[in-house]
Amino acid sequence: MTHVAVLKGGRSLERQVSLVSGARVEDALERLGHEVVGIDVGVDFLARLEEAACDVAFIALHGPGGEDGTVQELLEVVGMPYTGSGVAACARCSDKVLAKHALRDAGLPTPDWVAFSEVAFRDLGAGDALEQIERRLEFPLVVKPASQGSALGIKFARGVADVPAALLAALSYDRKVLLERYVKGRELAVSILGPAGRGAQALPIVEAVPRGQDFYDFAARYDIGRTTFECPARLDEALAERAHEVALAAYALLGCAGFARVDMILAEDGDPQILEVNPIPGLTGTSLLPQAADAAGVDFDQLIARILELAATQSLQHS
Amino acid sequence: MSSTDDERRRPSRSAAHELERYEALFATRTGRMRSSVMRDLMAVTERPEVISLAGGLPDTSMFDAELFGSLMADIAAGSTAQALQYGPTEGLQAVRQCIVELMAAEDMVVAEDELIVTTGGQQAIDLVCKALIDPGDVVIAEAPTYPGAVPTFCSYEAELVQIEMDGEGMVIDVLEQTLDRLAGEGRRPKFIYTIPTFQNPAGVTMSLPRRRRLVDIARERELLILEDNPYSMLRYEGDPLPTLRSLEVPHGSRDGGDFVIYTGTMSKILSPGIRVGWLVAPRPVLAKLKLGKVSSDLCSSSLTQYFVAAYFAAGDWRDYIDVMRDCYRGRRDAMLDALAEQLPPEALWTHPQGGLFVWVTLPDYIDTTDLLARALRENVAFVPGEGAFDDGRGHNSMRLNFSSSTEDQIREGVRRIGKIIAEQVALYGRLTARQARPAAASPLPAKTTPGNVVALPERQARSRRASRPA
Repeated sequence: MTHVAVLKGGRSLERQVSLVSGARVEDALERLGHEVVGIDVGVDFLARLEEAACDVAFIALHGPGGEDGTVQELLEVVGMPYTGSGVAACARCSDKVLAKHALRDAGLPTPDWVAFSEVAFRDLGAGDALEQIERRLEFPLVVKPASQGSALGIKFARGVADVPAALLAALSYDRKVLLERYVKGRELAVSILGPAGRGAQALPIVEAVPRGQDFYDFAARYDIGRTTFECPARLDEALAERAHEVALAAYALLGCAGFARVDMILAEDGDPQILEVNPIPGLTGTSLLPQAADAAGVDFDQLIARILELAATQSLQHS
Repeated sequence: MSSTDDERRRPSRSAAHELERYEALFATRTGRMRSSVMRDLMAVTERPEVISLAGGLPDTSMFDAELFGSLMADIAAGSTAQALQYGPTEGLQAVRQCIVELMAAEDMVVAEDELIVTTGGQQAIDLVCKALIDPGDVVIAEAPTYPGAVPTFCSYEAELVQIEMDGEGMVIDVLEQTLDRLAGEGRRPKFIYTIPTFQNPAGVTMSLPRRRRLVDIARERELLILEDNPYSMLRYEGDPLPTLRSLEVPHGSRDGGDFVIYTGTMSKILSPGIRVGWLVAPRPVLAKLKLGKVSSDLCSSSLTQYFVAAYFAAGDWRDYIDVMRDCYRGRRDAMLDALAEQLPPEALWTHPQGGLFVWVTLPDYIDTTDLLARALRENVAFVPGEGAFDDGRGHNSMRLNFSSSTEDQIREGVRRIGKIIAEQVALYGRLTARQARPAAASPLPAKTTPGNVVALPERQARSRRASRPA
């Protein structure tokens, strides 16, 4: 039996999703026979963690603060082992711009993009370069905040006139935004489970098939009935293998550990293009990682047990 | 019991199986019950450090705790068994008498058996839909309308048609055109939902001529109106206007009305926590509403109805309303002054004579749901306008509440919101500087802009402020 602190909630906009993930993880850990303390992460976080006197922290936080290395760094400081990726990997993954640079430098496919900070628009006149950017990337563009893991703040720009309002929206969520070439294709999520490096296992691929026009809709991702998820996705073997290969390479490259979810678009030419890597994907009833694990014959409790077990081996690597 | 036995008894539910298992079971109408970005964001507004101008809450901290204690003690001493028991579906007689008295104070004639007690005003809306709406039926409401009513209409699969407002409330010409159009399609709306006084969310009050016309239209076309009147006693300036109910049923009239269903609530004049509201309706309609209530909850809480009866018996209910009115008036003034000082000229807002809300309209290029995410970084919150519509409008509007924050909090909250809007306006200017901007000459959204449905310029607020001593 292990004494586990489940970190959930927090201040991010994905608080609600995190509370649901956290509750499910707590239930699973209890079923597995562990002693569990749920901590809604706030200003008294370290005090509560100390009070709980746990052996390991299970991080079920999503979004900035929980998924970007902040909480991980604190846990390193107090010497508490934790689940999932380490500080550097979290920081790289949660900043889509850093992640995309790393992917491109390593020759992994990701849609072409341009990123700007609010400062660039405000003080350096980056708005004047929009025309060149639009020419390079072509419409439609996807405009997104650099740091949100969910679909919050993501807008389509179908033409020049849509760009300024889309930038304003994205800048509401983060000071850094990217304009990304829109790749038409099938939306795939490749979940990965395992230690850092090349020893990890890619789980069956989930395809998100939007119903109607709810394409990049935040609500649709968490709502039963708005998006249909196919798992395993109906892909021919070569395509599935290629998607797995690319996802595993991204996982290793960015330094992920424990688990992660690689979101990609399978372009119409059959080329998988990585959109983002989520170091702490959702663990709710409609989340994709648990579905993928289930399709691989790993039920939710087994999944949580495996993630916890990996935390023990990782803590050695962190130190 | 071994742990393996335990596992067998409580098998873990895999996500994929959960989805498949339940999806086939859900009623079709749940497809219209949507979660939203807004709901997820609103969860974050509950953080203690956030100044929330988002709620619609009265300030219950003004209620005298000693009075509360003595009323509850009296109930315990005299009526424990009855207060803990089921009650009649139509509500306790003593409470219905209080309601008759309350309505009489606003010139409304009503008999005890013309009304039923409901579990808050929200249940009143739900019961009316339950009695009247088949899937696909049309309900007419103001644009914007009470955000809490939209999910109710949706859950009964009503088609919501929203009529724009100006400073005098629902534009009756547009209503008539809409009714004509619907009639041409062979469709008759089941009812017209309106909050004529200090409307939620717009803060607008329907003028007397429009009230008369609306009642006339209902009579001529034989349409039901659901008049929702939670706020009228919270008036901070100007003279009271007759309710639609009192226009339809004048003094001395022996018959109840034919077309106005009226709903009131204790929520804003006493307490929302007690969940006591009421419905007045033509008798045949009332009979159906009552049957609906039987299936919903049999009866509203006896305990809180005993509290209401004790409260009305203990003293003059007007006194507490006077206390709240003075407090909210100060808060409203603080908000209007702060808006005039802090919001850029591109913003417009309404000037409520009462109630709890101000409605702010921003330039078309600002999406207030995204803006809320930005505002939460500054620890301030509001209600994005999209929730007050079922037709995609309202994305550049917001509702601000002034009843549940102190004047200092209101000033600071509006300052933060103003700063963010000014930043976004400036940034938009930079982003569009290179484009030819024919729109730049008039930064105010055109009257036809879809989001700008409540047209009431900020000039009123400014002139009001200018007329006050510095």
